Amino acid sequence: MDINALLNDPNFLPWLIPVGPLLAFAIISLLTNRSRLIPATSEEYGGHHPDYEGMLVPVVTGRSRLFSIIVGISGVISAMLISYRLVFEATSIEHFGRSVFESAITWLDLGVLSFEMGVLVDPLTAIMLFMVPLAVLMIFIYSIGYMAHDPRQSRFFALISLFAGAMLILVVADNLLLLFVGWEIMGVCSYMLIGFWFEKKSAYNAAIKAFTTTRVADVIMLLGIAYLYFSTGTLNFREIMYHPAPGYESTAVVDETHSETSAAEGEHAAEASSAEHTMEAAAVEGEHGAEAAAEGEHEAAHVVTRATLLAETPALLFGGISAAGLIGIFLIIGTIGKSAQFPLHVWLPDAMEGPTPVSAMIHAAAMVSAGVYAVIRMYPLFEAGGHPHDGVFTSPLLLMAVVGAVTALFAATIAVAQNDVKKVLAYSTISQLGFMVAALGIGGFLAAAFHLITHAFFKALLFMASGSVIHGMEHGEHHVHAHGHGHGGGHGHAALPAGAGGGPLDARLELAMDHGHGDAHGGGHGHALPAYAEAHHDQDEHDAHGHAFDPQDMMNMGGLRRTMPVTFITFLIGGLSLAGLPLVTAGFWSKDEIIAEAWLGVSKGFGPHALVLICLSLAAFLTAFYTMRQLGLTFWGENRTEEAAHASLGRGIVSIAMTLPLIILSVFAIAAGFVGVLPDFPILGGIFTPGYLPPFAAFVEGTLNTSPPHLVFNNVPVLISFAVALGGIYVGWLMYWRKPLQAGQPDPLVAILGTPLHTTLKNKYYFDEMYVVLFVKPSQWFSKNVAYEFIDKGIIDGFLHLIARVFTWIGDFIKVMNLWLIDGVGDGVPELIGRLGHWFRGAQTGRIQQYMLLVLVAALLIGVIFALSSGVLQAAP
Amino acid sequence: MEAIGFPVISLIIFIPIVAAVIILFIPREQGDLIKGIAITAAASVFALSLFVYLNYNARVDDISANQAALLSEAGRDSELLQLNLAVSSQSASVLAGQSMTGTQMFHDGLAFQEHVEWLPALGISYHVGVDGLNAPMVLLTGMVAVAGVLVSWRITDRTREFMAFFLLLVAGVYGVFVAIDMFLLFFFYELAIFPMYLLIATWGWVQLREYAAMKLTLYILIGSVVALVGVIAMVLVAQNYFLNEGAAVFATAKDAGILPQSASELSFSMTQITLAAENGAYNVGGYAGVETLTFAKLWFPFIFIGFGVLAGIFPFHNWSPDGHVAAPTAVSMIHAGVLMKLGAYAALRSGVQLLPQGAEVHLPWIVFLTLVNVVYGAFIAFRQRDFKYVIGFSSVSHMGLVSMGFATMNLTGMTGAGLQMFSHGAMTALFFGCVGMVYDRAHTRDIPSLGGFIKIMPWVGFAFIVGGLTSMGMPGLSGFISEFPIFQGMWRASESINLSLGPFNLSNYYSIMVIIAALGIIITAAYVLRVTSQVFFGEFDRQKYPDVDDITVRERFVLIFLGTPLVLIGTLPFIMAPMLETGLRPVLALLGGA
Repeated sequence: MDINALLNDPNFLPWLIPVGPLLAFAIISLLTNRSRLIPATSEEYGGHHPDYEGMLVPVVTGRSRLFSIIVGISGVISAMLISYRLVFEATSIEHFGRSVFESAITWLDLGVLSFEMGVLVDPLTAIMLFMVPLAVLMIFIYSIGYMAHDPRQSRFFALISLFAGAMLILVVADNLLLLFVGWEIMGVCSYMLIGFWFEKKSAYNAAIKAFTTTRVADVIMLLGIAYLYFSTGTLNFREIMYHPAPGYESTAVVDETHSETSAAEGEHAAEASSAEHTMEAAAVEGEHGAEAAAEGEHEAAHVVTRATLLAETPALLFGGISAAGLIGIFLIIGTIGKSAQFPLHVWLPDAMEGPTPVSAMIHAAAMVSAGVYAVIRMYPLFEAGGHPHDGVFTSPLLLMAVVGAVTALFAATIAVAQNDVKKVLAYSTISQLGFMVAALGIGGFLAAAFHLITHAFFKALLFMASGSVIHGMEHGEHHVHAHGHGHGGGHGHAALPAGAGGGPLDARLELAMDHGHGDAHGGGHGHALPAYAEAHHDQDEHDAHGHAFDPQDMMNMGGLRRTMPVTFITFLIGGLSLAGLPLVTAGFWSKDEIIAEAWLGVSKGFGPHALVLICLSLAAFLTAFYTMRQLGLTFWGENRTEEAAHASLGRGIVSIAMTLPLIILSVFAIAAGFVGVLPDFPILGGIFTPGYLPPFAAFVEGTLNTSPPHLVFNNVPVLISFAVALGGIYVGWLMYWRKPLQAGQPDPLVAILGTPLHTTLKNKYYFDEMYVVLFVKPSQWFSKNVAYEFIDKGIIDGFLHLIARVFTWIGDFIKVMNLWLIDGVGDGVPELIGRLGHWFRGAQTGRIQQYMLLVLVAALLIGVIFALSSGVLQAAP
Repeated sequence: MEAIGFPVISLIIFIPIVAAVIILFIPREQGDLIKGIAITAAASVFALSLFVYLNYNARVDDISANQAALLSEAGRDSELLQLNLAVSSQSASVLAGQSMTGTQMFHDGLAFQEHVEWLPALGISYHVGVDGLNAPMVLLTGMVAVAGVLVSWRITDRTREFMAFFLLLVAGVYGVFVAIDMFLLFFFYELAIFPMYLLIATWGWVQLREYAAMKLTLYILIGSVVALVGVIAMVLVAQNYFLNEGAAVFATAKDAGILPQSASELSFSMTQITLAAENGAYNVGGYAGVETLTFAKLWFPFIFIGFGVLAGIFPFHNWSPDGHVAAPTAVSMIHAGVLMKLGAYAALRSGVQLLPQGAEVHLPWIVFLTLVNVVYGAFIAFRQRDFKYVIGFSSVSHMGLVSMGFATMNLTGMTGAGLQMFSHGAMTALFFGCVGMVYDRAHTRDIPSLGGFIKIMPWVGFAFIVGGLTSMGMPGLSGFISEFPIFQGMWRASESINLSLGPFNLSNYYSIMVIIAALGIIITAAYVLRVTSQVFFGEFDRQKYPDVDDITVRERFVLIFLGTPLVLIGTLPFIMAPMLETGLRPVLALLGGA
């Protein structure tokens, strides 16, 4: 085929999107991963590993480092260019969604059953293709600086390229299996990247935790996929959810349940009469009035898809639930794991052990978004048989509503009490994902998609900014050491000689977090991120070396705005967007849309909507509060430590690479919200939304063949949004900005919440400990004591050994028998014969008379016997 | 099938035997020569196996088309066979008339056949051949044989005898896979066990070897004796059938070319027994004087589980972890990699294929045993301190998935099981290779005292991770391609398999089983990650392991050699799945009582 034509074919181009990063992965790991060996004690090694006396360790060569960066970034840029080209084409097509870009090849041809692998770009994919490459590119650029002194930078670029490639595979996949492939490759990459500094025990424990936890969910999801495939015979999204099922192509059946329960009384006629109720019609209605549009024409024409049919099939298990419901629950459990929802959220905060760009990747651009994306992708399947906008919930939807609402609130409360700058963000991510999942549960998939995009931008920004803060703090710390400053604030560092091998193990490993700006290493500084499993161990280290310095502890910061102004401003923008500062930030618009969705349901009196509304409002308030707390503790007030006073990014390429992405992302953290302004929003609606629908909603809606009711401006939800955001910001300002925390002063929150509650929150409700007690210990106990010792060694082997013993006994018995009986007989018979012979010998006297006598007796006896037997005597009577 | 011109299968079997004999005549001092001959023999049988595999693979399309034609001719919907459970109510009763679709499919699928009369009076012949089911197994055996010789390079203790026995073992394993005559199958089965015993008892781990070798041999021998009795009975029943009511069927089959013209009624030939089975010879009520009992019902569990012992089916799995641990690396590789598959293969061939009516009755409860295997094996592996025991119990768990796939009795699940056999074979050989390489240098297998080995042996660490990801079913690797169809097959089977046990009537329980089985996969992930991190990650202690060095090029080759198929099948499943399907379709056609 003509290459040029192929490259201009939008149906073919999606194939090429993941190719760039995947190729980069291959090139880097095969070609530009050369390293040279240096002594492990060398400073260049950055104290990265334990010092092995006389052992050589590999450090990536300068040239490999450079080429890896170039290759990695080129890969992403190529993906970005292709993506943007497709996004551009997609947005210029009217009613994109009814026609999409797709192509497929046969992957596994099994005679009558063939499995097709293909790519698909529909509106939902298009918005992801806008967000993902951009965020990923920023993360790559940031990594140039952040990993600049890491001895394994090439490997890092290889792995994040693979990660990005996997995410792009997931996004362009046209079927659930390919999506799952991307999903799992990301899981593996996150495992490798969280445990990137694999010498560190807390890092690889976190990696195992992340992988195992998500794996639990993934396997259940796989069960769902297997069930779905077996019951529909395909895994293609559009085959299942968009196109009519085989046999239903011609008839577009009006859904009866819907007609009965529809709140929009006036629309019945339109629904019934119009089988092809298209967006043009909707547009006309939109002009008629927003109210009608909002309440009206959803699911005008009901296409009978495979998903709809599944909703009418009872499931194989758990009577009462439909097949679609059961599959939906299985798939949603996958999302709960991947998007770190309660109760499978425990892995995500620990995942902070990885390098910060990885955190940004996992928490913003890729992995956690994938969970929500997958749900939106298959939304009609979850919704099939229910109408959340009319208060009819299917079990998967209810599950999502409850899980999402609980998670949003629960994680927000934990975030309030965290002192680690990255952990606050980690819990905030969990909470924000809870917002999206809850929105999905109440039918607001557009709102969820919107929040997914805005959140990705501002959370990537926040993570990278926090990485800058940590980097700056480490820089400050080296500065303090190098220049022999006194240790302020009672932070008595163990003053070990530079490069000494005697420091505590973890402390030396911890230097992995350092990037050696030419400073002397070897300070006995302790543990940055004590994973729970490590807590006790670390405590010992701390005791041995005085109070260790933690560059991620916000209590050690303060006043960073002076030395790190760019970081401060961008962090502020990201933070306010997360807090949902009204009108100007992206976070406000997307969060408001979710709350408006919930309000719409509450106004009709639906319970799940009310739960979601209450939980999310409280969570939004807490979000604004902890964001202000974080900003205040980090940047405001005076420096609480000597290190904080010297915190900076330094100069040169490292600093540029680390600030440029922040600036670019902060633009999006503000601007990305304006595509979702409701048309009838006072003043702003007129400016940003000329049409009858917000541009975002109008575009993404085409993904599915159902359309939800369009939101209209309503005072109540907007006021709620205003109140919670401003209230939270105000309280946070009151506590942490007006009177900034002084060095040594306790957190004012402790006094307000009370120590027990605060400690509970700080310890994350003891979830980790609970899981250890509930799952880890029992399964270990079961494995060891029941399965292995009792059943395997005890019963089965015991039985076997018993048999062996019984056989031995039988053997012994037989042996004895042998001695008595067989030997007795065996030996007895010859002996008997011998004796008999002996006895007979006694007869052999040699005297002829005796012989004659014996012959006579014998002859008489024979004669008598003969006479008796022949009947001579019998004849007589 | 057209002939190839030279007896390739016989070469595959006899090259190792001849090489073993030659090796025994070489003075023991000439270690290099001995190893040279061994690797030459192994490499040449691998090359021949690969040739057989590729050659058969090229015919798969034709065979598939032929099978589809045969099925439609018999009025069987080939799609039905594909999409729905094959078990039908038809087979419950003795079928009237003659049916030989399944037998015909089996016969047509055979290639590279060699047929020489051996003991005609007893119906025993030297009959070997390859079909879609055993061709992958033949390839697997070749791979593991090469890898096994290479990892045994460092053996200095009686190299000559070790290599000779190893090659004999390989020959025995090959023989079982390619045998089409049941007697030949047993012959090679026993031939494989004998060197196995010596290899473990002589070169094994000192603390356990005699116990383990004894345990293994007893288990397997008892299992095979039970099965042998069953098979002999089966042959006699078939003879009786062909002499009486089946005479017409016999004649037709001869005319149709399914059976050779010289065939006698008494025969151990699988084709002939299959024919008897298909026509209901084993499904006559009143067997052993009991009205409701049939031959198939009574004997299936003995034959299936008799062979299943070697596949590690619960509760007869206990020989295997001990055996794996005690054996030297190469033997563990062939043991877990190939020998366990041999059990599963023989159970499928002589259990399900030859007694399909028994399978329909018994597999619905045997699936419980397989479930126990999957979950319980994983649990035990989770808690082991010995590196090799972890892998040993993981084999028990994974082989459970194979038997579970058989128990689905549909094409999807069974194909998954077939893929799992190959995948697990390569994967577990890779695992044992890794363990051996670490153990050779560290001289300990105690997991908590190891650590940071990826720093010294990056290739081993990487290979172990690839193996681990395969075992936990990561997409892109062969484990996924085999587990996914098994799961799917389980869902499918759930729809149609019911089990009545007296008052209890279970329906849809396969779907519960598949959910529980998923737990096994999760635990697999947990223990694989735990072992990986404890052995390969963390800190390396130079003081403790002063002379641990990186692996040699030869060992690196072994890792790549065994790891490649995992990736190949994972990404390009069509190089194996359709072939397995051609092998399994006859079995399913029989199950459906064509």
